[in-house]
Amino acid sequence: MTTDSIEHASAPAEAPPHPAPLPHPPHPARLRSSADPARLTWSLRGRTPGEIALSADGADVTPEWAWGGSTGRGIRVCVVDSGVERDHPDVGTVDGSWVVVGDEDGFRVVPTDTGDMCGHGTACASIVRRLAPDCELHSVRVLGERFSGTGDVLLAGLRWAVQQRFDVVNLSLSTTRAKFAQALHELADEAYFGGTALVASAHNTPVESFPWRFSSVFSVGSHQETDQDLHLYNPEPPVEFFAAGQNVSVAWLGGKTIRTTGNSFATPFVTGTCARILAKHPGLTLFQLKSVLYLTAANVQVDTRGAA
Amino acid sequence: MNQPDNSVVDRSGAEAGADVTADAVADADAVADAASDPLARELLQSIVDTARAIFGAAASSIFLLDEAAGELVFQAVSGQGEDFLVGRRFPAGRGIAGWVAGSGEPMVVDDLNREQGFARDLAESTQYVPNALMAAPLLDASGVLGVLEVLDPSPQARSDLAELDLLALFARQSAGALRLVTRRQAQGRPGAAGVRAGVRAVEGLDEAGRAAGLVLIDAVRDLLLAGNGHS
Repeated sequence: MTTDSIEHASAPAEAPPHPAPLPHPPHPARLRSSADPARLTWSLRGRTPGEIALSADGADVTPEWAWGGSTGRGIRVCVVDSGVERDHPDVGTVDGSWVVVGDEDGFRVVPTDTGDMCGHGTACASIVRRLAPDCELHSVRVLGERFSGTGDVLLAGLRWAVQQRFDVVNLSLSTTRAKFAQALHELADEAYFGGTALVASAHNTPVESFPWRFSSVFSVGSHQETDQDLHLYNPEPPVEFFAAGQNVSVAWLGGKTIRTTGNSFATPFVTGTCARILAKHPGLTLFQLKSVLYLTAANVQVDTRGAA
Repeated sequence: MNQPDNSVVDRSGAEAGADVTADAVADADAVADAASDPLARELLQSIVDTARAIFGAAASSIFLLDEAAGELVFQAVSGQGEDFLVGRRFPAGRGIAGWVAGSGEPMVVDDLNREQGFARDLAESTQYVPNALMAAPLLDASGVLGVLEVLDPSPQARSDLAELDLLALFARQSAGALRLVTRRQAQGRPGAAGVRAGVRAVEGLDEAGRAAGLVLIDAVRDLLLAGNGHS
């Protein structure tokens, strides 16, 4: 991991001076003040960044400070999806390919060379690679060959990824089956405290599914801003972050590219951004990482007047 | 780099999955039977006809998930393939419909004609290879019932999130309607079997017994119809 800047008190004395200290996270009361359950929103459709303007105190955490110059080097990212095609020019090296297999003894995660059964995992990997070209990229296939969307395979693949302590896990899928909610919730919390950022697709319409719904997850929806490089913070979650998911050019099977739309393509945008931030600021806890994403959101205005 | 441990065995998921599989099989049976129920067939056909009209599309299809077989089944088609695709099956883990069924997420893909990926063999087997495709899961709290696809929607619908939202909402509404129909069908099935058994028993009676039995069956039928709100 790079150590070009770090705000930890334990940072070595010879480390380059930090351009700005990490501000305190936004005061919880400020975020709660508008959290009337009746106002919870799943989508930011039709609302401009100006219409959902938020404020925060502290130093100005800019995108340049947060991830400028970072390539994600040293960060281990895992895409839990339909697999990733090897040697795709827009994906590059896949450092590990794994698949969940099930038998009478339960589920196991084993190495695989089956690539991508659909194209979606390759698409997500290409977005991560575009943002964080030097990250270490792994794939766990939980979809493909036969239907495996009941939640058990997803749970097994995700559990394995958390146990491997990847820095960031991209999950562009979910289950609506409530019986998996508790296990996924515990796993999401385990990931959060263990230092694995679980970045998961939400729904733009009010669909309850898991694990994106949990606050320990970095939940992502799609915005429709013309600037595809910006992200937004939703002042009234459950869906916290919004990134570009409309008309996105992505890698597809056979070394090709296509254009796509959907929340599942906004998610790897946030995954790649997390990889860049963590590579540049390796000491961040995940709540600090969330705060950095919050403070760099295009709709959040940071008041620096009180900063030291 | 830490070497991932590939020896992890996850039994808890398997145990949870056993219940889910039982539920899913029951759901799949009910949903798969939708093809044989006139009301369900009419509902499914109206969904694909409406979806095709909403999005100005060349075709629209509904696939229902046969989870036990691991397959998606064409259950209704509007437009190209309408006369021969219904009933055709393909592996539920493949293609865009397979991913949507597995992930529960809607998506749009464009520029497919110039690419070789995208389960082209499946598309060609339907005798129609679209240039663009929208797909949304038929989703309810019990999981994914199937997938609603729209082939070659009007150009403005292909890259607009609002259009994808509309498809997702319509698919959700359709899933709710389909669930109601299949539940009604499932509830009605034992009654229908009972009636058939009753008729067979009555046929074995003498003339007076048959007359009395038919009066009884008619009375029960009238009672059930009244209970269902029929006059």
